[in-house]
Amino acid sequence: MNIIEVRDLYKIYNEKLLPVNAINGINVNFETGEFTTIVGPSGSGKTTFLNILGGLDEPSRGDVIIDKVCINQLSESKKTDFRMKNIGFVFQSYNLIPVFTALENVEFIMQLQGQSKTERTSRAKELLIAVGLGDRLSSRPSELSGGQQQRVAVARALASRPKFILADEPTANLDSKSTENLLDIMEKLNEEEHVTFIFSTHDQRVVNKAKRVITIEDGRVVSDVRK
Amino acid sequence: MNTYFQLAWRNVWRNKRRTIITAASVFFGVLLSAVMTSMQEGSYAQYIKTIVNSYSGDLQIHKTGYSDDKVIKNAFVLQPEIITKVKTQKQVTAISPRLETFAMVSGTELSKNVMILGIQPSTEDEITHLSRKIVSGTMLSDDDNAVMTGSTLARYMKLEAGDTLMLIGQDFKGLPVVAHFPVKAIVKQASPELDRSAVYMSVKACQHFLNMPDRITSLVVMTAHNEDVAGAGKSLRSTLGSGFEVEDWKAMNRILLTQIESDRASGAIIKGILYLIIAFGIFGTTMMMTLERRKEFGVLMAVGMKKYKLSMMLLFETVLIGLLGSLAGILGSLPIVWYYVEHPIRLTGQAADSMTQMDFEPVMLFCTEPSIFYTQALIILCFSLLIGFYPMLHVRKLKVNKALRS
Ligand SMILES: Nc1ncnc2c1ncn2[C@@H]1O[C@H](COP(=O)(O)OP(=O)(O)OP(=O)(O)O)[C@@H](O)[C@H]1O
Ligand SMILES: [Mg+2]
Repeated sequence: MNIIEVRDLYKIYNEKLLPVNAINGINVNFETGEFTTIVGPSGSGKTTFLNILGGLDEPSRGDVIIDKVCINQLSESKKTDFRMKNIGFVFQSYNLIPVFTALENVEFIMQLQGQSKTERTSRAKELLIAVGLGDRLSSRPSELSGGQQQRVAVARALASRPKFILADEPTANLDSKSTENLLDIMEKLNEEEHVTFIFSTHDQRVVNKAKRVITIEDGRVVSDVRK
Repeated sequence: MNTYFQLAWRNVWRNKRRTIITAASVFFGVLLSAVMTSMQEGSYAQYIKTIVNSYSGDLQIHKTGYSDDKVIKNAFVLQPEIITKVKTQKQVTAISPRLETFAMVSGTELSKNVMILGIQPSTEDEITHLSRKIVSGTMLSDDDNAVMTGSTLARYMKLEAGDTLMLIGQDFKGLPVVAHFPVKAIVKQASPELDRSAVYMSVKACQHFLNMPDRITSLVVMTAHNEDVAGAGKSLRSTLGSGFEVEDWKAMNRILLTQIESDRASGAIIKGILYLIIAFGIFGTTMMMTLERRKEFGVLMAVGMKKYKLSMMLLFETVLIGLLGSLAGILGSLPIVWYYVEHPIRLTGQAADSMTQMDFEPVMLFCTEPSIFYTQALIILCFSLLIGFYPMLHVRKLKVNKALRS
């Protein structure tokens, strides 16, 4: 089943002054349960593409349809709501809330969703145990390593039971051991819980783990390979 | 709501030093302003109390027209039912009749214009406490045909208790009258004006001297609390009708009130400048807290935090810093004010002299009215809310993708 349909997508920055064609007509579909990586040289438009998929940026032309909802037509406030309910984000620089503990960071989105305290805490604990941080529940981000922070970020992204998770270069700041560890966790979540992952990377080892590799150059899809 | 408050609370303590410095500036501002206001209001209350208790009383009842033309032609006959009407007002605690006029004291070498205050000593004493101010001699009684004079006047006229004094005046019909009175006591009045020119005698003796039995110029009225004055004045006006005018201490002491108002205004300017400086301090901190966290706001919005919730959180942060500082300021000012209430500062030198000249006891009194303290917190709260608009506007304009990339 198609979870995301991208139709004839264009993104032009600085349309008036000095136009930059970041996305140049992308048509692609994503299915539930996929484990997809987006690769391409620097400046090819990966971040731009993922941001538009996640409703963080608006396309200049074309549509992104998630589960029959055309998200680029939603108002800003509706889009925020839509993101909260449907999309999980993992950022390159972790971006946890610095004043919250690991547990509170994971609970936060469920709090935004209005879930009860007991429900939140038990799910957050469950997720942190799943990413191997059962013993660091009350650590603040500053007390965690980069790899650990990124695993908290994955747990946070999963907390709201999103339809898919978007991750822009999630391993870029990690050493090879942490990278491997994070990928194993993502792979396991994908296989056992059927979580849909779409992430970008520069790292060949990460590419090797993916089950589908989409290559972008100059804002166009130049290859789309399923293993 | 709780979550955002918690988040705001922790964010406030992220940069402890900056928060403490900002809150400390609020603390000192509130402390200074509260202590200063308490001192100002304390001295105003003292001025008012001195004036009310040495002469005017809370309210005075006159025949209509007396306040514009203070002559004995405008006296009225004190009918018993007037007394009954006044006494039945529930706020009224004391009343005393007076017959006031001007006369000339004549001695062997000197003479001087004086104020004649015909009083009923037994009831007057509840209002102006004359018996406590006697420096020599004994207090007049209601039936005495004698006088008490202010101490400055006595010195000027070289009078002592036991001497005799001659008064030359005009009676009710405008005819000259002359009489001798024994000086029964010398009183020391705080008011230089009164001390220089007051001659007290019993109202009966005064009526006899001026040939106007049963007539008085004013009926002085006291109430239990300062807040009762307005209410008592209103009900007296309606029960007594248009033949009488009821003046409160405010109407009788216009000059003092104008002075107090202008003093309050200059105090308000100083406090305004102080608060403006503090507000800029809070603003600086709020601005830094906003600008340095753009990326974080981007993340919060990306994961689903709506802008208005984010704005609320940021508003809480600013208000929290302001309230922490002002609460500390209030708590800090209480012991200071309390100390000076228990141990009033006694003034000396020129300041003391000028206060004495203006009729006031030379001490600095502090006022403990609660509104003085919470007003400071309210002012800071208003400023914080105003400053809180800055992060709100900032968040309003913030684009999630731009914020994430910053
Ligand atoms: N806000 C912006 N304004 C103007 N141009 C932009 C903006 N954001 C990105 N671009 C341009 O769009 C193009 C695609 O950028 P994007 O960040 O999507 O590339 P990327 O594939 O993620 O690169 P990298 O691998 O270095 O992260 C680049 O040429 C970039 O300079
Ligand atoms: Mg990128």
